[in-house]
Amino acid sequence: MLLLERRPVASSVMRWASPLLALVLTVITGFILFMVVGKDPVEGLKFFFITPISDLPGLAELGLKMAPLLLCAAGLTVCYKAKLWNIGAEGHFLMGALGASVMAVQLSAVNGFWVLPVVLLTGVLGGMIWAAIAAGLKTHLHCNEILTTIMLNYIALNLLLYTVHGPLKDPYGFGFPQSAMFSDSALLPVLIEGTRLHLGLAFGLLATVAVWVLFARSFIGFQLNVIGQDHRAAAFAGFRVRKLTWFAFLVGGATAGLAGASEVTGPIGQLVPQVSPGYGYTAIIVVFLGRMHAVGIVAASALLALTFIGGEILQIAMQMPKAVTALFQGLLLFYLLTCDAFIHYRVRLKKAAPQPTSAAVAAAPQEV
Amino acid sequence: MGLCMTAAIRLKLENIVKEYPGCRANDGIDLTVEAGEIHALLGENGAGKSTLMKVIYGVVQPDEGRVVWNGHAVQVDNPAQARRMGIGMVFQHFSLFETLTVAENIALSLPPDEARNRSQLNQRINEVSERYGMELDPRRYISTLSVGERQRVEIVRCLIQETTLLILDEPTSVLTPQEVTSLFATLRTLSKEGCSILFISHKLEEVRSLCHTATVLRQGRVSGDCQPAEISASEIARLMVGDDTPISTRVTAAEPGEPLMEVSGLGWKSKDPFGTSLRNVNLDLHKGEIVGIAGVAGNGQDELLKALSGEIRADAGTICLSGQNIETLFPDQRRKLGVAIVPEERLGRGAVPDMSLADNALLTASGQGLVERGLIRSGRVREFSREVIRRFGVRCTGENSTAGSLSGGNLQKYIIGREALQNPRLLVASHPTWGVDVGSAVAIHESLVKLRDEGAAILLISEDLDELYQLCNRLGALCDGRLSPLAPTSELHIEQLGQWMAGEFESTEVAHAVA
Repeated sequence: MLLLERRPVASSVMRWASPLLALVLTVITGFILFMVVGKDPVEGLKFFFITPISDLPGLAELGLKMAPLLLCAAGLTVCYKAKLWNIGAEGHFLMGALGASVMAVQLSAVNGFWVLPVVLLTGVLGGMIWAAIAAGLKTHLHCNEILTTIMLNYIALNLLLYTVHGPLKDPYGFGFPQSAMFSDSALLPVLIEGTRLHLGLAFGLLATVAVWVLFARSFIGFQLNVIGQDHRAAAFAGFRVRKLTWFAFLVGGATAGLAGASEVTGPIGQLVPQVSPGYGYTAIIVVFLGRMHAVGIVAASALLALTFIGGEILQIAMQMPKAVTALFQGLLLFYLLTCDAFIHYRVRLKKAAPQPTSAAVAAAPQEV
Repeated sequence: MGLCMTAAIRLKLENIVKEYPGCRANDGIDLTVEAGEIHALLGENGAGKSTLMKVIYGVVQPDEGRVVWNGHAVQVDNPAQARRMGIGMVFQHFSLFETLTVAENIALSLPPDEARNRSQLNQRINEVSERYGMELDPRRYISTLSVGERQRVEIVRCLIQETTLLILDEPTSVLTPQEVTSLFATLRTLSKEGCSILFISHKLEEVRSLCHTATVLRQGRVSGDCQPAEISASEIARLMVGDDTPISTRVTAAEPGEPLMEVSGLGWKSKDPFGTSLRNVNLDLHKGEIVGIAGVAGNGQDELLKALSGEIRADAGTICLSGQNIETLFPDQRRKLGVAIVPEERLGRGAVPDMSLADNALLTASGQGLVERGLIRSGRVREFSREVIRRFGVRCTGENSTAGSLSGGNLQKYIIGREALQNPRLLVASHPTWGVDVGSAVAIHESLVKLRDEGAAILLISEDLDELYQLCNRLGALCDGRLSPLAPTSELHIEQLGQWMAGEFESTEVAHAVA
């Protein structure tokens, strides 16, 4: 019989091997799935994983998709280290995009170096306000942040849809639900000429480094860590759990808000309903796959960015449905969580226990 | 009845082995209990006592070895079977439903037909409790009972099921001295009637006065069998700890200085209906003295500690440190004023299990120049941590080992060292030697006394009366969230302290006021 037995100490090898194992299992499962639906698996996997990064424009597109993932993941890391399960990066992202767009449209007739920073900061503020709602509900009313942030994501989406169908709709847009194009001074500069790769990637990398420094060196990072690992020790030490909770949520809101603002001022240039293909949700996978560590998060965001592009290529080249991106992301998370079980547990074969004589089991208690 | 049975062997364990991942808890243990014998099982924490009890009671199955019950080899699959065979066990932490009555709790462990006839059950409870001198009202709710009374419910529950072997795990740790005396009378009556008793303890004097024989365990093996009445407590202690560990501390007399802390009218209302509220606690502490707070667990010790540390905010009263009211301050602000706390739970409050010892130093010692402008000075953190390890003899592989990998005693030495190195003016320690090996306990006592001699005031909250009498120069007791008056240890008779632990201190308060 197979037994799952707790390891005396958590396996540090498994902690890092688990994401790689999950990736291998995902590829194998993908291989089988391609065969089942009657497509050439080698071709399919090549289109999904190799083709997108085989030339400079492809790599630039990868960087473009990495930018929002890195920003969202950086903020979520701050929350998750403190075991604050903020699932709301998607909502913060959308509110960031919405806030930036409102400001950009307001300033569409204005030129000046300050326009872009103001637009981006409005996006940051939008994300922070959205995160602040969840933070307040948690610290003052003890609402579970998983539920509130998920619900706030839907409210944000509907708010955004209302805005692009209503107040922010481009009057000259032929009735399409989208805002007017932003002026040039509200657009992010492009990093590599001839591609769409913009400054957002630099924001993402900076945020990742900042979060790494926060947890490697700062006392605030240490306190967040203690809150996550041992709530009672944090109370004993006198850490301000409420303030730190607000801090984590606001950082999460700010970075995801900046991601949203960078998306509308970067590759899109206007507010559209489908501004996010689910970056905020995918960033959750990035954080766990990257082991909440800077290097891991960069690698994981590259991989997950690949699933977005690979999915698009498969749609075009092999007529696969759009769901293939979500499928691969889901497989990856599923296998990761499964493999993570082996960090703390190991499989053991149970030998049949020697059977003592049980004839006398029912020996009656003697008279006393 | 009687004579012929006393020679019969009730239980015989042969070469019991039980292995857990990373630890051989029982390593070939033999044990024989005769009918009517009160048999002590002694050993330090982690010696394998609890595992052995679980084997007998069917909670775990041994990997090797035989259990022989009344002459037949048996396999005890689960506690229900053990109860059917006539084995009853009272755990240290009771398994009673607070919201049910005594009779209902007992009915839960009986076969359905016996449980249904409630009037007959009530009568049996009355019979058993009267016969063994354990007063009990079957209709009362558990939540209204004292800890001692709850223990009686557990024992009566075993006796009603015609138990012929009663296992008691550290039964006296939750009792006042008076309650211990009456429990022992009950156990002696049971023994005379032929019921065997396995008495697990680490209190040697109790074992010497009660038990006929004793088996001592050390590191999963039997280190000796003896007749405890015939050898001295220190000889038994030697069997428990081995040859190379000191077993007692010499405590010099304290020389109290000027007043340091004054707690007056401290009150705190628990939000939990079964929790303990603090009521009008008054307490004063001088520099260079150790004041002890006795009491049965759950009478407000944890609440008092939290109110002093700042983890909970009192509803009434003041805590003054050198004349400054610190009641409104957060724990870290109080720490900056020289208040150090050693909580009861080492892991999961005093230290974070998965963090390194260095990081755990940072938990409370961040004010010692270990953090500058929000950044951690990791070199200084490691140095501080190494200093604690060196000065307090913490056995570990270094400051990078995780707190959870240390033994209880070593982690406790580390935590006390961490607080002591911050030069506290006031140290509040709760159960500092609970579950700690004898060698570490001696070291901890020595560091407390050293801190006292350096001029700190120490408040020692403990259930261990020996420890309190040994270290403290004044003593009081907590009962149901109220604190008795404090009296000099030399003038406080243990009977008086027992009454205080049971909450009877009105008369003495008057006497105090008159005097």
